[in-house]
Amino acid sequence: MTELVAPAPATASPTWLRLKDALRRHPTAIAGGIVLLVMLLVALLAPWLGTVDPLALAPVRRLRPLSAEHWFGTDMMGRDVYSRVIYGSRVSLTVGLAVAFVAVGVGLAIGLVTGYLRWLDAVMMRVMDGLMSIPSVLLAIALISLTKASLNNVIIAIAITEIPRVVRLVRSLVLSLREQPYVEAAIASGTGLPAILLRHILPNMVAPLLVQSTYICASAMITEAILSFIGAGTPPNIPSWGNIMAEARSLIQVAGTILLFPGLFLSITVLSVNLLGDGMRDALDPRLARRL
Amino acid sequence: MLRYLLKRLLASIPVMAVVALFVFSLLYLSPGDPAAVIAGDIATEADIARIRAQLGLDQSFMVRFGGWTWGLLHGDLGTSIFTGLPVATLIGQRIEPTLALTVCTLIIAVGLAVPLGVLAAARAGGWIDRSVMALSVLGFSVPVFVIAYGLILLFAVELEWLPVQGYRSLKEGLLPFLRHMVLPSVALGIVYMALIARITRATMLDVLAQDYVRTATAKGLAHNTVLTRHALKNAAVPIITIIGIGVAALIGGVVVTETVFAIPGLGRLTVDAILRRDYPIIQGVTLLFSAVYVLVNLVVDLSYSLFDPRIRY
Repeated sequence: MTELVAPAPATASPTWLRLKDALRRHPTAIAGGIVLLVMLLVALLAPWLGTVDPLALAPVRRLRPLSAEHWFGTDMMGRDVYSRVIYGSRVSLTVGLAVAFVAVGVGLAIGLVTGYLRWLDAVMMRVMDGLMSIPSVLLAIALISLTKASLNNVIIAIAITEIPRVVRLVRSLVLSLREQPYVEAAIASGTGLPAILLRHILPNMVAPLLVQSTYICASAMITEAILSFIGAGTPPNIPSWGNIMAEARSLIQVAGTILLFPGLFLSITVLSVNLLGDGMRDALDPRLARRL
Repeated sequence: MLRYLLKRLLASIPVMAVVALFVFSLLYLSPGDPAAVIAGDIATEADIARIRAQLGLDQSFMVRFGGWTWGLLHGDLGTSIFTGLPVATLIGQRIEPTLALTVCTLIIAVGLAVPLGVLAAARAGGWIDRSVMALSVLGFSVPVFVIAYGLILLFAVELEWLPVQGYRSLKEGLLPFLRHMVLPSVALGIVYMALIARITRATMLDVLAQDYVRTATAKGLAHNTVLTRHALKNAAVPIITIIGIGVAALIGGVVVTETVFAIPGLGRLTVDAILRRDYPIIQGVTLLFSAVYVLVNLVVDLSYSLFDPRIRY
């Protein structure tokens, strides 16, 4: 007996076509994508963008105003703010992408399993409800306070705050997908559980998870900046937009520009991710698109 | 109604239990030995062991969790490692500014976002609609402390209209209180406003497409009457829901806003506790805020029947 298998997504799958079509109809999403791409390039090419060592101290040159030599001026320890901001893009983008990847990966695994195992489901959902009722910034703070401040720990802590939402989404998708006739057909033809999950359920989750991961990426970048800003995030020896602002906190009345530039870069990057996400949501979920 | 209330209260017990278990594990796993800290630098091993036994730190996880929960139910949130004061006392000292900030933010955010969302939906596609939507995307993208510093630079440093930082209690007069509250509440309220305005608009669009709205308009009722009396009333449930859910973002924002504006509230207490690794305080605040969040959403659930008589429990 031949197995009933849904056709594998070809290069021109409907998802892709809809995505391309919608992106064409949403110039803001394209703009977001381009800005994001530029930011990625900036992060990758940071050493070649006219930057100097972002950690180089020069007490003689402290708090210089904007000039040809120091485009964004210098900070309290004479470090070049432009170089620090440019290198700071690495932290935000790494955290945003890594958190999205980890949270979706782990959330997907938990959601798939709990969506199918009833007994585990009840327990898991209570745990997720509990985690979700702790405001995410506080949860991240609490987790970070347990360990040494490092980029990896920041990523793990933020990912844990995002996982419950992914699990909820995946679980709701599994619950509705497994009632679909084609899944019943697959079960009837003797397909095993792993094959059903991987071949029949998973491909139908790609679109909503893709949209969700852009929002996770955006919110993770904000959370990282918040953690670094209050001194519970990226360690001070790695320049990040949040901790550049934290160090300039007391300078608000003397050198506001040190606060302005990292804030501007952070906002623009998060905005570009959000615009891209909105465009993808409109493309992949026409029902939601009309409403929001 | 009473039965539903009981059911919902019972349902929030496992949620709070998970929160409590998580928060306790945090203390349990936290590095450093509270007994050694309390004993001081010149203590011997025996002294530390004695204090540990006194505090019950030598007992098993479950025994300690039980004892801790028992204390919790009696209002004992533990003792701050750094100051030696009970956490409940410290929270009590700092709660007023945070409460003031949150209430002001709620009033500003709900007061502005709901009308904006209604206006946007009433003239869908118009310039108000497009500006509200654009502002809400911006609101989601610009972090609260960036907005805060933008506002400070403009209104406090450049224009010198408002104070840069600080907090004045309501007891020191209404005007100084409000002057110090405006910038923090607006900064904190932006994300919240973006959320509420978006949902208000979306729900209103749905409701405005309903038959009875057309009937009301056909009857010759004024546009505004239809909008507020017929449409907004029926859009209330989702709007109230998002106001409840958004409280989580508000709480996270409080921590940052208080740092930026040097407001001596719970957020500031938390940040100081992180820098000093004062775990009992971090724990206490996390627990308190989570409980508030769960409670707010419980109240929101119960308020549904007020706004929509079709919902009965």
